[in-house]
Amino acid sequence: MDWSVIVEYKDLFIRGLFYTTILTIGAVLTGLVIGLSLGLMRLSKKLVLYFPAKLYIDIFRGTPLLLQILFIHFAVLPEVAKVFGLSSPDAILSGFVALSLNAGAYIAEIFRGGIQSVEKGQMEAARSLGMSHTQAMRHIILPQAFKRMLPPLGNEFIALLKDSSLVSVIAVNDLIYAAQTTAKVTWERWVPYITAGVLYFILTYLLSRVVFWLEKRYSTEGEGNLDDTN
Amino acid sequence: MIQIEGLHKRFGKLEVLKGIDLQIRKKEVVSIIGPSGSGKSTLLRCMNLLEEVSAGKVMVDGQDLTSTHTDMNKVRTEMGMVFQQFNLFPHKRVIDNIALAPMEVRKWKRDKAEEKAYALLEKVGLREKANSWPSQLSGGQMQRVAIARALAMDPKVMLFDEPTSALDPEMIGEVLAVMKALAKEGMTMVVVTHEMGFAREVCDRVLFMDEGIIEEEGSPEQLFSHPKKERTRSFLGKVL
Ligand SMILES: Nc1ncnc2c1ncn2[C@@H]1O[C@H](COP(=O)(O)OP(=O)(O)OP(=O)(O)O)[C@@H](O)[C@H]1O
Ligand SMILES: [Mg+2]
Repeated sequence: MDWSVIVEYKDLFIRGLFYTTILTIGAVLTGLVIGLSLGLMRLSKKLVLYFPAKLYIDIFRGTPLLLQILFIHFAVLPEVAKVFGLSSPDAILSGFVALSLNAGAYIAEIFRGGIQSVEKGQMEAARSLGMSHTQAMRHIILPQAFKRMLPPLGNEFIALLKDSSLVSVIAVNDLIYAAQTTAKVTWERWVPYITAGVLYFILTYLLSRVVFWLEKRYSTEGEGNLDDTN
Repeated sequence: MIQIEGLHKRFGKLEVLKGIDLQIRKKEVVSIIGPSGSGKSTLLRCMNLLEEVSAGKVMVDGQDLTSTHTDMNKVRTEMGMVFQQFNLFPHKRVIDNIALAPMEVRKWKRDKAEEKAYALLEKVGLREKANSWPSQLSGGQMQRVAIARALAMDPKVMLFDEPTSALDPEMIGEVLAVMKALAKEGMTMVVVTHEMGFAREVCDRVLFMDEGIIEEEGSPEQLFSHPKKERTRSFLGKVL
């Protein structure tokens, strides 16, 4: 094993680390917005809101992410670009769009599950006090739902970080791409992949610490917290 | 105060209320008794439209709740509700459980709302629990907080749905005592209950429901000691 190749190709790995991180954070944030909207639509009783949300969620959860990435990069976005008279989009943009749309579908289900897990009596108690539906959602339902959504959201973010590696098929310069390129050029079979693996591991580890910290922080606020006698 | 005419309620094909006519006068304390599944909770929940009604009229203080022009949020502020399962907000301390609605709905300042909340806690004998979390309270204490929370909006009517059914026997008394005090102050109350002692002692009128209708009604004395209907007799025979 020749570790010097990493020094030689470190720029490639640094860029890979940067793209992987940016892509994941971007997709998580966009996915949260898409997911909250879709999740609320999915819970609506109105068919015009409920049905499109359900269709979207089912399609994105029911097909492989790899296919979605290829489809968006080679079919959807070039077509859209053509309409506006632009050149075909960068791979990184396609990757970002595909990951965000996909994450949105999974996050929508997490939101829906979180909201539905709050007992019906909570909404009824809030409404019986004269609060509007929106007030009840904001002060009573969502804070409780959010706490329960943190663990599955954490899992989703970590999965997204790892799944972002799939964008290497459309030649986004992410960590996988860095490893593959280095391996091809140097004929070194172990080192580049081990390096990428270690970097992914560090990223997922850091992310899981952040999620853990958030969970802890929110669980100290009420609900089943018996040490805090006052 | 509350006037119900020809009230029907269906869940899909199941007709749960089959034509209810009922008047609750100001300051009256009325209890609703009857077998499980007879529609007692549903009737109570129709009074503040937690359940949509299928047909008929529900009027509160002269306002028709079934009319689409009625501001239900406003009407509900006048009607406190206490649930079997308490339904306290677990993520809020006791004091905030009570102060939240006055602040959000009535737009009171925090100081004013908390002052009111403390006074109500005093009234239900739980002032020292103001900063506890609901999970730190016993069932009886939770239900008393729930009553204080409902009272914080200064309701004109209080609706109770089996407020003591989820409690251990030794805690029932403390909740009933709070309700009795409330009745004495002249609060209009509708109480679905299995506590026949309470119904007999505190209520002005008792309604016996069976299979979606009010089968019989009368003063506690009349209904408990001289029931007219066979069904009432057989129900009372089982529970007394
Ligand atoms: N949301 C609902 N959807 C469908 N059916 C319902 C719903 N709520 C109540 N029911 C049905 O309506 C009937 C009456 O219910 P209700 O809760 O009013 O009875 P109850 O007299 O309060 O009984 P209990 O003493 O057990 O509380 C029951 O058969 C119940 O299964
Ligand atoms: Mg009931």
